[in-house]
Amino acid sequence: MPLWDWDYAFSILPDLLLALVTTIEITVLGSVVALLLGLVFAVIRRARIPVLDQILWAFIEIVRSTPLLVQVFFLFFALPRLGITLSAFVIGVVGLGVHYATYTSEVYRAGIDAVPKGQWEAAAALSLPRSRVWTGVVLPQAIPRVLPALGNYVISMFKEVPLLLAIGVVEVVNAGREIGSATFRYVEPYTIAGVLFLLLSYPASLLVRRLERRSVRT
Amino acid sequence: MIVFDGVEKRFGSTVVLRDLDFTVAPGEHVTLIGPSGSGKTTILRLLMTLEKVNAGSITVGGDSLSHAPNEKALSAVRRRIGMVFQQFNLFPNMTVRGNLVEGPTRVLGLSKDEADSRAADLLELVGLADRIDAHPTQLSGGQQQRVAIARALAMRPSVLLLDEVTSALDPELVAGVLALLRDLGETTDITFLCVTHEMGFARDFSHRVMMFDGGRVIEDAPPERLFTAPEHERTQTFLQAVLRH
Repeated sequence: MPLWDWDYAFSILPDLLLALVTTIEITVLGSVVALLLGLVFAVIRRARIPVLDQILWAFIEIVRSTPLLVQVFFLFFALPRLGITLSAFVIGVVGLGVHYATYTSEVYRAGIDAVPKGQWEAAAALSLPRSRVWTGVVLPQAIPRVLPALGNYVISMFKEVPLLLAIGVVEVVNAGREIGSATFRYVEPYTIAGVLFLLLSYPASLLVRRLERRSVRT
Repeated sequence: MIVFDGVEKRFGSTVVLRDLDFTVAPGEHVTLIGPSGSGKTTILRLLMTLEKVNAGSITVGGDSLSHAPNEKALSAVRRRIGMVFQQFNLFPNMTVRGNLVEGPTRVLGLSKDEADSRAADLLELVGLADRIDAHPTQLSGGQQQRVAIARALAMRPSVLLLDEVTSALDPELVAGVLALLRDLGETTDITFLCVTHEMGFARDFSHRVMMFDGGRVIEDAPPERLFTAPEHERTQTFLQAVLRH
Protein backbone atom coordinates (compact mmCIF):
# COMPACT_ATOMS: atom_id res chain seq x y z
CA MET A 1 0.00 0.00 0.00
CA PRO A 2 1.56 3.30 -1.06
CA LEU A 3 1.76 6.13 1.43
CA TRP A 4 -0.27 8.35 -0.87
CA ASP A 5 -2.89 7.33 -3.43
CA TRP A 6 -3.85 10.18 -5.74
CA ASP A 7 -6.96 8.47 -7.12
CA TYR A 8 -8.24 7.86 -3.62
CA ALA A 9 -7.36 11.42 -2.61
CA PHE A 10 -9.39 12.89 -5.46
CA SER A 11 -12.29 10.57 -4.80
CA ILE A 12 -12.71 11.79 -1.23
CA LEU A 13 -12.08 15.45 -1.99
CA PRO A 14 -15.77 16.36 -2.68
CA ASP A 15 -16.89 15.00 0.70
CA LEU A 16 -14.13 16.89 2.48
CA LEU A 17 -14.93 20.12 0.66
CA LEU A 18 -18.55 19.71 1.64
CA ALA A 19 -17.50 19.32 5.27
CA LEU A 20 -15.24 22.34 4.88
CA VAL A 21 -18.35 24.36 4.10
CA THR A 22 -19.69 23.39 7.54
CA THR A 23 -16.38 24.42 9.11
CA ILE A 24 -16.58 27.79 7.41
CA GLU A 25 -20.22 28.26 8.40
CA ILE A 26 -19.40 27.58 12.04
CA THR A 27 -16.42 29.95 11.87
CA VAL A 28 -18.45 32.76 10.33
CA LEU A 29 -21.43 32.39 12.65
CA GLY A 30 -19.20 31.84 15.68
CA SER A 31 -17.23 34.97 14.74
CA VAL A 32 -20.41 37.00 14.56
CA VAL A 33 -21.28 35.84 18.08
CA ALA A 34 -17.74 36.43 19.35
CA LEU A 35 -17.38 39.88 17.78
CA LEU A 36 -20.79 41.18 18.84
CA LEU A 37 -20.92 39.61 22.29
CA GLY A 38 -17.32 40.62 23.02
CA LEU A 39 -18.21 44.20 22.16
CA VAL A 40 -21.25 44.08 24.45
CA PHE A 41 -19.07 42.65 27.25
CA ALA A 42 -16.46 45.37 26.77
CA VAL A 43 -18.98 48.22 26.74
CA ILE A 44 -20.88 46.91 29.78
CA ARG A 45 -17.64 46.44 31.69
CA ARG A 46 -16.45 49.93 30.77
CA ALA A 47 -19.75 51.38 31.97
CA ARG A 48 -18.94 49.79 35.39
CA ILE A 49 -22.52 48.96 36.27
CA PRO A 50 -22.38 47.55 39.81
CA VAL A 51 -23.23 43.84 40.26
CA LEU A 52 -23.55 43.28 36.50
CA ASP A 53 -19.88 44.19 36.21
CA GLN A 54 -18.85 41.64 38.87
CA ILE A 55 -21.04 38.92 37.40
CA LEU A 56 -19.60 39.52 33.96
CA TRP A 57 -16.06 39.58 35.33
CA ALA A 58 -16.60 36.20 37.03
CA PHE A 59 -18.18 34.73 33.89
CA ILE A 60 -15.32 35.90 31.69
CA GLU A 61 -12.69 34.53 34.10
CA ILE A 62 -14.43 31.14 34.31
CA VAL A 63 -14.76 30.84 30.54
CA ARG A 64 -11.15 31.86 29.94
CA SER A 65 -9.79 29.54 32.59
CA THR A 66 -11.48 26.36 31.39
CA PRO A 67 -10.93 24.42 28.16
CA LEU A 68 -13.24 25.06 25.25
CA LEU A 69 -13.76 21.30 24.97
CA VAL A 70 -15.14 21.13 28.50
CA GLN A 71 -17.47 24.03 27.79
CA VAL A 72 -18.74 22.41 24.62
CA PHE A 73 -19.32 19.12 26.44
CA PHE A 74 -21.09 21.01 29.18
CA LEU A 75 -23.45 22.70 26.73
CA PHE A 76 -23.99 19.44 24.85
CA PHE A 77 -24.85 17.35 27.88
CA ALA A 78 -26.23 19.86 30.38
CA LEU A 79 -28.60 21.87 28.20
CA PRO A 80 -30.87 18.90 27.31
CA ARG A 81 -31.32 18.25 31.02
CA LEU A 82 -32.58 21.82 31.35
CA GLY A 83 -35.02 21.08 28.58
CA ILE A 84 -33.05 22.94 25.92
CA THR A 85 -32.31 20.82 22.89
CA LEU A 86 -29.96 22.35 20.36
CA SER A 87 -28.22 20.71 17.44
CA ALA A 88 -24.50 20.02 17.71
CA PHE A 89 -24.00 22.65 15.02
CA VAL A 90 -25.72 25.36 17.08
CA ILE A 91 -23.88 24.30 20.22
CA GLY A 92 -20.65 24.55 18.28
CA VAL A 93 -21.45 28.06 17.12
CA VAL A 94 -22.57 29.21 20.57
CA GLY A 95 -19.70 27.47 22.38
CA LEU A 96 -17.00 28.84 20.13
CA GLY A 97 -18.69 32.25 19.94
CA VAL A 98 -19.06 32.72 23.69
CA HIS A 99 -15.59 31.34 24.40
CA TYR A 100 -13.96 33.72 21.97
CA ALA A 101 -16.19 36.62 23.06
CA THR A 102 -14.28 36.59 26.34
CA TYR A 103 -11.08 37.14 24.36
CA THR A 104 -12.45 39.68 21.90
CA SER A 105 -13.91 41.67 24.82
CA GLU A 106 -10.36 42.07 26.10
CA VAL A 107 -9.25 43.26 22.66
CA TYR A 108 -12.07 45.77 22.44
CA ARG A 109 -11.27 46.95 25.96
CA ALA A 110 -7.70 47.71 24.94
CA GLY A 111 -8.99 49.60 21.90
CA ILE A 112 -11.46 51.59 23.98
CA ASP A 113 -8.79 52.41 26.57
CA ALA A 114 -6.56 53.74 23.81
CA VAL A 115 -9.10 56.42 22.87
CA PRO A 116 -7.80 59.59 24.54
CA LYS A 117 -9.74 60.96 27.51
CA GLY A 118 -10.10 64.24 25.63
CA GLN A 119 -12.38 62.54 23.12
CA TRP A 120 -14.83 61.59 25.88
CA GLU A 121 -14.58 65.10 27.28
CA ALA A 122 -15.17 66.77 23.92
CA ALA A 123 -18.21 64.54 23.45
CA ALA A 124 -19.46 65.49 26.92
CA ALA A 125 -18.86 69.19 26.17
CA LEU A 126 -21.20 68.84 23.18
CA SER A 127 -23.74 67.08 25.47
CA LEU A 128 -23.80 64.11 23.10
CA PRO A 129 -26.06 61.34 24.38
CA ARG A 130 -24.27 58.33 25.89
CA SER A 131 -25.21 56.03 23.03
CA ARG A 132 -23.90 58.48 20.46
CA VAL A 133 -20.62 58.91 22.32
CA TRP A 134 -20.10 55.18 21.86
CA THR A 135 -21.34 54.78 18.30
CA GLY A 136 -20.16 58.11 16.91
CA VAL A 137 -16.92 58.85 18.73
CA VAL A 138 -15.38 56.04 20.78
CA LEU A 139 -16.02 52.84 18.84
CA PRO A 140 -15.20 54.28 15.40
CA GLN A 141 -11.78 55.12 16.84
CA ALA A 142 -11.33 52.00 18.95
CA ILE A 143 -12.37 49.29 16.50
CA PRO A 144 -10.12 50.06 13.50
CA ARG A 145 -7.10 49.86 15.80
CA VAL A 146 -7.98 46.38 17.02
CA LEU A 147 -9.14 44.86 13.72
CA PRO A 148 -5.88 42.92 13.27
CA ALA A 149 -6.16 41.41 16.76
CA LEU A 150 -9.79 40.51 16.13
CA GLY A 151 -8.82 38.99 12.79
CA ASN A 152 -6.27 36.78 14.50
CA TYR A 153 -8.96 35.46 16.85
CA VAL A 154 -11.21 34.67 13.89
CA ILE A 155 -8.37 32.62 12.38
CA SER A 156 -7.85 30.86 15.72
CA MET A 157 -11.54 30.05 15.86
CA PHE A 158 -11.42 28.58 12.38
CA LYS A 159 -8.64 26.24 13.45
CA GLU A 160 -10.51 25.24 16.62
CA VAL A 161 -13.65 24.10 14.81
CA PRO A 162 -12.34 20.46 14.50
CA LEU A 163 -12.64 20.27 18.27
CA LEU A 164 -16.38 20.02 17.70
CA LEU A 165 -15.95 16.49 16.36
CA ALA A 166 -16.19 15.60 20.05
CA ILE A 167 -19.91 16.34 19.92
CA GLY A 168 -20.40 14.87 16.46
CA VAL A 169 -20.28 17.94 14.24
CA VAL A 170 -19.26 16.80 10.77
CA GLU A 171 -16.67 19.42 10.03
CA VAL A 172 -13.72 18.68 7.83
CA VAL A 173 -11.54 16.70 10.25
CA ASN A 174 -14.48 14.64 11.44
CA ALA A 175 -15.40 13.97 7.82
CA GLY A 176 -11.83 12.80 7.26
CA ARG A 177 -12.07 10.53 10.29
CA GLU A 178 -15.31 9.01 9.01
CA ILE A 179 -13.83 8.42 5.57
CA GLY A 180 -10.75 6.91 7.14
CA SER A 181 -12.68 4.54 9.34
CA ALA A 182 -14.64 3.30 6.34
CA THR A 183 -11.58 2.70 4.14
CA PHE A 184 -8.82 2.31 6.73
CA ARG A 185 -6.87 4.95 4.84
CA TYR A 186 -6.35 7.92 7.15
CA VAL A 187 -3.31 9.62 5.65
CA GLU A 188 -5.04 11.15 2.65
CA PRO A 189 -8.18 12.53 4.38
CA TYR A 190 -6.25 14.04 7.29
CA THR A 191 -3.56 15.46 5.02
CA ILE A 192 -6.15 17.00 2.72
CA ALA A 193 -7.96 18.42 5.75
CA GLY A 194 -4.71 20.00 6.92
CA VAL A 195 -3.99 21.42 3.47
CA LEU A 196 -7.48 22.90 3.29
CA PHE A 197 -6.90 24.67 6.61
CA LEU A 198 -3.57 25.94 5.39
CA LEU A 199 -5.05 27.21 2.13
CA LEU A 200 -7.55 29.34 4.03
CA SER A 201 -5.62 30.30 7.17
CA TYR A 202 -2.46 31.48 5.45
CA PRO A 203 -4.08 34.02 3.09
CA ALA A 204 -6.24 35.16 6.01
CA SER A 205 -3.18 35.77 8.13
CA LEU A 206 -1.57 37.70 5.28
CA LEU A 207 -4.68 39.86 5.17
CA VAL A 208 -4.41 40.49 8.91
CA ARG A 209 -0.76 41.42 8.52
CA ARG A 210 -1.73 43.94 5.86
CA LEU A 211 -4.33 45.38 8.21
CA GLU A 212 -1.64 45.65 10.87
CA ARG A 213 0.69 47.53 8.56
CA ARG A 214 -2.10 49.87 7.59
CA SER A 215 -3.06 50.62 11.17
CA VAL A 216 0.57 51.33 12.02
CA ARG A 217 0.76 53.84 9.22
CA THR A 218 -2.34 55.81 10.23
CA MET B 1 -25.24 84.62 35.42
CA ILE B 2 -22.89 82.00 36.77
CA VAL B 3 -22.82 81.60 40.54
CA PHE B 4 -20.27 79.58 42.51
CA ASP B 5 -21.46 79.27 46.12
CA GLY B 6 -19.12 77.73 48.69
CA VAL B 7 -17.64 75.35 46.12
CA GLU B 8 -15.13 72.83 47.32
CA LYS B 9 -13.33 70.31 45.14
CA ARG B 10 -10.96 67.62 46.36
CA PHE B 11 -8.99 65.00 44.49
CA GLY B 12 -8.41 62.35 47.10
CA SER B 13 -7.07 64.22 50.08
CA THR B 14 -5.83 67.17 48.01
CA VAL B 15 -8.11 70.17 48.24
CA VAL B 16 -8.07 71.90 44.86
CA LEU B 17 -10.75 74.51 45.49
CA ARG B 18 -11.89 75.63 48.91
CA ASP B 19 -15.02 77.54 49.85
CA LEU B 20 -15.09 79.36 46.54
CA ASP B 21 -17.68 82.10 45.97
CA PHE B 22 -17.91 84.21 42.86
CA THR B 23 -20.37 85.28 40.21
CA VAL B 24 -19.92 86.02 36.54
CA ALA B 25 -22.36 88.39 34.86
CA PRO B 26 -23.87 87.60 31.45
CA GLY B 27 -21.55 88.69 28.66
CA GLU B 28 -18.64 89.18 31.02
CA HIS B 29 -15.16 88.07 29.98
CA VAL B 30 -13.34 86.60 32.94
CA THR B 31 -9.78 85.35 32.84
CA LEU B 32 -8.47 83.02 35.51
CA ILE B 33 -4.76 83.26 36.19
CA GLY B 34 -2.47 81.74 38.75
CA PRO B 35 0.23 79.10 39.16
CA SER B 36 -0.46 75.62 37.87
CA GLY B 37 -2.35 73.50 40.34
CA SER B 38 -4.15 76.55 41.68
CA GLY B 39 -7.51 75.19 40.53
CA LYS B 40 -8.23 77.37 37.48
CA THR B 41 -8.80 74.56 35.05
CA THR B 42 -10.84 72.69 37.66
CA ILE B 43 -13.32 75.57 37.66
CA LEU B 44 -13.85 75.16 33.92
CA ARG B 45 -14.12 71.40 34.28
CA LEU B 46 -16.73 71.79 37.03
CA LEU B 47 -18.73 74.08 34.78
CA MET B 48 -18.53 71.56 31.95
CA THR B 49 -19.58 68.86 34.47
CA LEU B 50 -16.43 66.89 33.68
CA GLU B 51 -15.92 66.95 37.46
CA LYS B 52 -18.36 67.04 40.36
CA VAL B 53 -18.24 69.42 43.32
CA ASN B 54 -17.59 67.96 46.77
CA ALA B 55 -19.44 70.76 48.52
CA GLY B 56 -21.24 73.95 47.63
CA SER B 57 -23.21 74.60 44.48
CA ILE B 58 -22.94 76.02 40.99
CA THR B 59 -25.86 77.60 39.16
CA VAL B 60 -26.03 78.92 35.63
CA GLY B 61 -28.82 81.31 34.72
CA GLY B 62 -30.59 80.39 37.96
CA ASP B 63 -30.58 76.65 37.20
CA SER B 64 -28.52 74.28 39.25
CA LEU B 65 -25.60 72.73 37.43
CA SER B 66 -24.00 70.96 40.38
CA HIS B 67 -27.28 69.58 41.78
CA ALA B 68 -29.59 69.31 38.81
CA PRO B 69 -32.82 67.51 39.80
CA ASN B 70 -32.54 65.07 36.90
CA GLU B 71 -30.56 64.17 33.80
CA LYS B 72 -32.83 66.19 31.53
CA ALA B 73 -32.49 69.36 33.58
CA LEU B 74 -28.72 68.89 33.73
CA SER B 75 -28.53 68.43 29.98
CA ALA B 76 -30.57 71.61 29.46
CA VAL B 77 -28.18 73.68 31.58
CA ARG B 78 -25.06 72.09 30.21
CA ARG B 79 -26.19 72.73 26.66
CA ARG B 80 -25.76 76.47 27.26
CA ILE B 81 -22.07 75.91 27.97
CA GLY B 82 -19.36 75.16 25.44
CA MET B 83 -15.72 74.33 25.96
CA VAL B 84 -12.55 74.60 23.93
CA PHE B 85 -9.68 72.41 25.06
CA GLN B 86 -5.92 72.79 25.11
CA GLN B 87 -5.52 69.68 22.93
CA PHE B 88 -8.40 70.64 20.56
CA ASN B 89 -9.99 67.18 20.94
CA LEU B 90 -11.52 67.18 17.49
CA PHE B 91 -13.02 63.83 16.52
CA PRO B 92 -10.41 62.32 14.18
CA ASN B 93 -12.90 59.85 12.72
CA MET B 94 -14.96 62.69 11.26
CA THR B 95 -14.28 65.43 8.75
CA VAL B 96 -14.29 69.07 9.80
CA ARG B 97 -17.91 69.23 8.67
CA GLY B 98 -18.73 66.09 10.67
CA ASN B 99 -17.23 67.64 13.80
CA LEU B 100 -19.32 70.77 13.33
CA VAL B 101 -22.67 69.12 12.59
CA GLU B 102 -22.40 66.40 15.25
CA GLY B 103 -23.74 68.44 18.18
CA PRO B 104 -26.33 70.48 16.26
CA THR B 105 -27.90 67.39 14.64
CA ARG B 106 -27.57 64.95 17.55
CA VAL B 107 -28.27 67.27 20.44
CA LEU B 108 -30.08 70.36 19.17
CA GLY B 109 -32.14 68.44 16.66
CA LEU B 110 -31.22 70.54 13.64
CA SER B 111 -31.83 69.07 10.19
CA LYS B 112 -28.80 68.07 8.19
CA ASP B 113 -29.21 71.08 5.88
CA GLU B 114 -29.53 73.54 8.74
CA ALA B 115 -26.48 72.08 10.47
CA ASP B 116 -24.50 72.11 7.21
CA SER B 117 -25.23 75.74 6.57
CA ARG B 118 -24.40 76.62 10.17
CA ALA B 119 -21.11 74.74 9.78
CA ALA B 120 -20.31 76.56 6.54
CA ASP B 121 -21.04 79.96 8.14
CA LEU B 122 -18.86 79.19 11.15
CA LEU B 123 -15.97 77.95 9.02
CA GLU B 124 -16.23 81.18 7.07
CA LEU B 125 -16.01 83.04 10.38
CA VAL B 126 -12.92 81.16 11.53
CA GLY B 127 -11.34 81.46 8.08
CA LEU B 128 -11.37 77.79 7.14
CA ALA B 129 -14.24 77.58 4.67
CA ASP B 130 -12.06 75.70 2.19
CA ARG B 131 -11.18 72.95 4.69
CA ILE B 132 -14.72 71.74 5.33
CA ASP B 133 -14.02 68.26 3.93
CA ALA B 134 -10.56 67.90 5.45
CA HIS B 135 -9.84 65.51 8.30
CA PRO B 136 -8.52 67.03 11.54
CA THR B 137 -5.15 65.30 11.10
CA GLN B 138 -4.65 67.20 7.83
CA LEU B 139 -4.85 70.55 9.63
CA SER B 140 -2.24 72.50 11.55
CA GLY B 141 -2.70 72.92 15.29
CA GLY B 142 -3.92 76.47 14.83
CA GLN B 143 -6.44 75.36 12.22
CA GLN B 144 -7.60 72.51 14.43
CA GLN B 145 -8.13 74.89 17.31
CA ARG B 146 -10.14 77.26 15.13
CA VAL B 147 -12.30 74.33 14.04
CA ALA B 148 -12.71 73.38 17.71
CA ILE B 149 -13.86 76.92 18.45
CA ALA B 150 -16.31 76.71 15.54
CA ARG B 151 -17.54 73.35 16.85
CA ALA B 152 -18.26 74.89 20.24
CA LEU B 153 -19.97 77.90 18.63
CA ALA B 154 -22.17 75.62 16.53
CA MET B 155 -24.04 74.79 19.73
CA ARG B 156 -24.83 78.54 20.18
CA PRO B 157 -23.56 78.53 23.77
CA SER B 158 -24.21 81.45 26.08
CA VAL B 159 -21.06 80.55 28.01
CA LEU B 160 -17.77 79.54 26.42
CA LEU B 161 -14.96 78.01 28.48
CA LEU B 162 -11.46 78.36 27.07
CA ASP B 163 -8.96 76.03 28.69
CA GLU B 164 -5.43 77.13 27.75
CA VAL B 165 -6.49 77.09 24.12
CA THR B 166 -3.16 78.33 22.78
CA SER B 167 -0.80 76.41 25.06
CA ALA B 168 -0.35 73.49 22.65
CA LEU B 169 0.19 75.68 19.61
CA ASP B 170 3.39 76.63 17.86
CA PRO B 171 4.15 80.27 18.68
CA GLU B 172 3.44 81.54 15.16
CA LEU B 173 -0.05 79.99 15.24
CA VAL B 174 -1.10 81.58 18.53
CA ALA B 175 -1.88 85.00 17.10
CA GLY B 176 -4.50 83.73 14.66
CA VAL B 177 -6.43 81.94 17.37
CA LEU B 178 -6.27 84.89 19.74
CA ALA B 179 -7.40 87.27 17.00
CA LEU B 180 -10.41 85.04 16.42
CA LEU B 181 -11.25 85.07 20.12
CA ARG B 182 -10.90 88.85 20.34
CA ASP B 183 -13.23 89.11 17.38
CA LEU B 184 -15.77 86.82 19.07
CA GLY B 185 -15.47 88.84 22.26
CA GLU B 186 -16.39 92.00 20.39
CA THR B 187 -19.12 90.67 18.12
CA THR B 188 -21.02 88.29 20.41
CA ASP B 189 -22.59 88.55 23.85
CA ILE B 190 -21.15 85.21 24.93
CA THR B 191 -19.88 84.96 28.50
CA PHE B 192 -16.24 83.86 28.46
CA LEU B 193 -14.33 82.09 31.18
CA CYS B 194 -10.79 81.67 30.14
CA VAL B 195 -7.68 80.07 31.56
CA THR B 196 -4.59 81.32 29.80
CA HIS B 197 -0.92 82.09 30.14
CA GLU B 198 -1.16 84.76 27.43
CA MET B 199 -1.12 87.80 29.67
CA GLY B 200 -1.33 90.25 26.77
CA PHE B 201 -4.52 88.58 25.63
CA ALA B 202 -5.89 88.42 29.17
CA ARG B 203 -5.27 92.11 29.49
CA ASP B 204 -7.15 93.32 26.46
CA PHE B 205 -9.80 90.59 26.24
CA SER B 206 -11.01 90.44 29.82
CA HIS B 207 -13.36 92.62 31.75
CA ARG B 208 -12.11 91.00 34.90
CA VAL B 209 -9.14 88.91 35.99
CA MET B 210 -9.21 86.50 38.90
CA MET B 211 -5.91 85.49 40.46
CA PHE B 212 -5.94 82.03 42.06
CA ASP B 213 -3.56 80.53 44.52
CA GLY B 214 -3.98 77.44 46.66
CA GLY B 215 -7.59 76.93 45.59
CA ARG B 216 -8.74 80.42 46.52
CA VAL B 217 -9.29 83.68 44.69
CA ILE B 218 -6.71 86.00 46.13
CA GLU B 219 -7.37 88.94 43.86
CA ASP B 220 -10.27 89.84 41.60
CA ALA B 221 -9.98 93.07 39.63
CA PRO B 222 -10.27 94.63 36.17
CA PRO B 223 -7.18 93.83 34.09
CA GLU B 224 -5.92 97.40 33.94
CA ARG B 225 -5.73 97.42 37.73
CA LEU B 226 -4.62 93.84 38.33
CA PHE B 227 -1.81 93.98 35.78
CA THR B 228 -0.51 97.44 36.65
CA ALA B 229 -1.16 97.74 40.36
CA PRO B 230 -1.76 94.32 41.88
CA GLU B 231 -2.66 94.58 45.51
CA HIS B 232 -1.69 91.15 46.69
CA GLU B 233 1.95 90.25 47.03
CA ARG B 234 1.40 86.78 45.59
CA THR B 235 -0.12 88.37 42.47
CA GLN B 236 2.91 90.63 42.14
CA THR B 237 5.40 87.78 42.30
CA PHE B 238 3.31 85.66 39.93
CA LEU B 239 3.05 88.44 37.36
CA GLN B 240 6.74 89.22 37.64
CA ALA B 241 7.53 85.59 36.98
CA VAL B 242 5.25 85.17 33.96
CA LEU B 243 5.89 88.57 32.41
CA ARG B 244 9.66 88.31 32.65
CA HIS B 245 10.08 85.96 29.73
